[in-house]
Amino acid sequence: MTAPAQPLIVGAGPAGVRAAETLVKAGLRPLVVDEAPASGGQIYRQRLVADERSSTALYGSEASKAETLHRDFAALAGRLDYWPQALLWNLRDGKADVAVAGTSRKIAYDGLILATGATDRILPMPGWTLPGVFTLGGAQIALKAQGCAIGSRVVFLGSGPLLYLVAWQYLKAGVDVAAVLDTAPFNAKFNLLRGLTLEPAVILRGMRMTAELRLRGVALHYGVEDVRVEGDRRVEAIMWRQGSRSRTLSCDGIGYGLALRSETQLADLAGCRFRFDQRDRAWLPESDAGGRGSVPGVYLAGDGAAIAGADAAELAGERAGLALLEDRGLAHAPERAVAIERALSRIGRFRNVLESAFPFPAHWAKDIADETPVCRCEEISAGEVRRAVGNFEISELNRLKAVSRIGMGRCQGRICGSVAAEILAGETGRGIDAVGRLRSQAPVKPIPLALTMAATGGAEAAE
Amino acid sequence: MPLLHRIARKSHPVIAFILDGEPCEGRAGDTVLTAILNRSEVLRVSEFSASPRAGFCQMGACQDCWVRLEGGERLRACTTALAAGMRIVTAKGRAA
Repeated sequence: MTAPAQPLIVGAGPAGVRAAETLVKAGLRPLVVDEAPASGGQIYRQRLVADERSSTALYGSEASKAETLHRDFAALAGRLDYWPQALLWNLRDGKADVAVAGTSRKIAYDGLILATGATDRILPMPGWTLPGVFTLGGAQIALKAQGCAIGSRVVFLGSGPLLYLVAWQYLKAGVDVAAVLDTAPFNAKFNLLRGLTLEPAVILRGMRMTAELRLRGVALHYGVEDVRVEGDRRVEAIMWRQGSRSRTLSCDGIGYGLALRSETQLADLAGCRFRFDQRDRAWLPESDAGGRGSVPGVYLAGDGAAIAGADAAELAGERAGLALLEDRGLAHAPERAVAIERALSRIGRFRNVLESAFPFPAHWAKDIADETPVCRCEEISAGEVRRAVGNFEISELNRLKAVSRIGMGRCQGRICGSVAAEILAGETGRGIDAVGRLRSQAPVKPIPLALTMAATGGAEAAE
Repeated sequence: MPLLHRIARKSHPVIAFILDGEPCEGRAGDTVLTAILNRSEVLRVSEFSASPRAGFCQMGACQDCWVRLEGGERLRACTTALAAGMRIVTAKGRAA
């Protein structure tokens, strides 16, 4: 006898946890697979072991949200199946391949909620592969989850709310923050005033953090361009230009990021239709207001669907859960669904404000020096990408990948894919929406060759 | 000077491991990346140009922190918890 397949939730961050909770409350027993050892996602990531720091020291103003999320997920134990440290590496024919503890299991599912989150978006600059340069997310994980600073004199560079948040967290932790280098001009920040009516608490918190950085003597530079990282075997200094002035600052750690980029590989493997999103400058899986993807039974929630932040992710996870319940003909709290959609739409309008205050410096792409590496895995330079485009008259991203190997390395284009698209668009004089998107390939992340292949089954069958 | 600086967990239990043949100490709660970079400034060298690397995203996305155990098993340093007795080889050790 075959038991009915479980709903499968990918990711145990804010979206995945709330989706799981919604299904459990309705009497379903989902399987949650997550790469991390504990719930929380990146934003509310938990330490591997406890340490002397309080939850407030770790998560700041978001401490109660983090604690509540962790507690609520723990309370679901016994009513769901939860596989931490599990990599869902392929989706095919309605089944998922999940690598966990050295074994790959093929999981049949009935309903798939993808809450795959996001990573930092970057553009390459000279010296960006040197030891000591980490993403803003990476710098934050080092501090929060590992209790380590990425240097003894650290510079934060880029765009987006995370830039100031991470700089402030380092300052609070007693690290010497040498400067915050914002790629947007100062006057872009006036746009934040438009956000006061939408999310006053978020705006005021941001202003408080910025004021505190200033007060404690951290130099804040705006309109930073032509950035290069100097160093022989590791970061030694950062150089940039502001208007006509060139500046240099010695430092031994750099946190860098230009907002976030959705993790969409699994949605692609699930067969979801994608649309180009001008705000995120990226192809994103289509979804309706309830999170339903174009493939029946596939739902998308959180930053993996579109960048909207942790609060939105919790709401979207719950909303996707309700959509799944509705589609199964179960009780699904339609009033709550409407309220969530209204809240999400307000956060969406707030995202427009943030985008105008922290714009992505798309114009950098055409100025990336030819010798600068674009792909960290295969070590392909901007010049090699440009030559491939020119020599082979390439106008589409997957052709560029085939010819130049950009996006073909271990990271599968997570880091370089959006850069390759920007360069290709620039070289061919077309919009970034006209150069195509990288097709996702299984395995979405490297898996050991020695993986044992287990028989098909659900979570119960695997135990 | 090491790349990372501990600001918490300084007195957690010691976890002994071997890095490129040298005895080293990490702390309970360390990832392999944290343990190596509290000791060293480079985690590995790149395959093609042998340029120094020390990871980038620390969240298992960029795949720029793979190291090996002496037995040949490959580890992604940022998502692997340090375990006592690990014998880690960075390509740096081989290139030197």
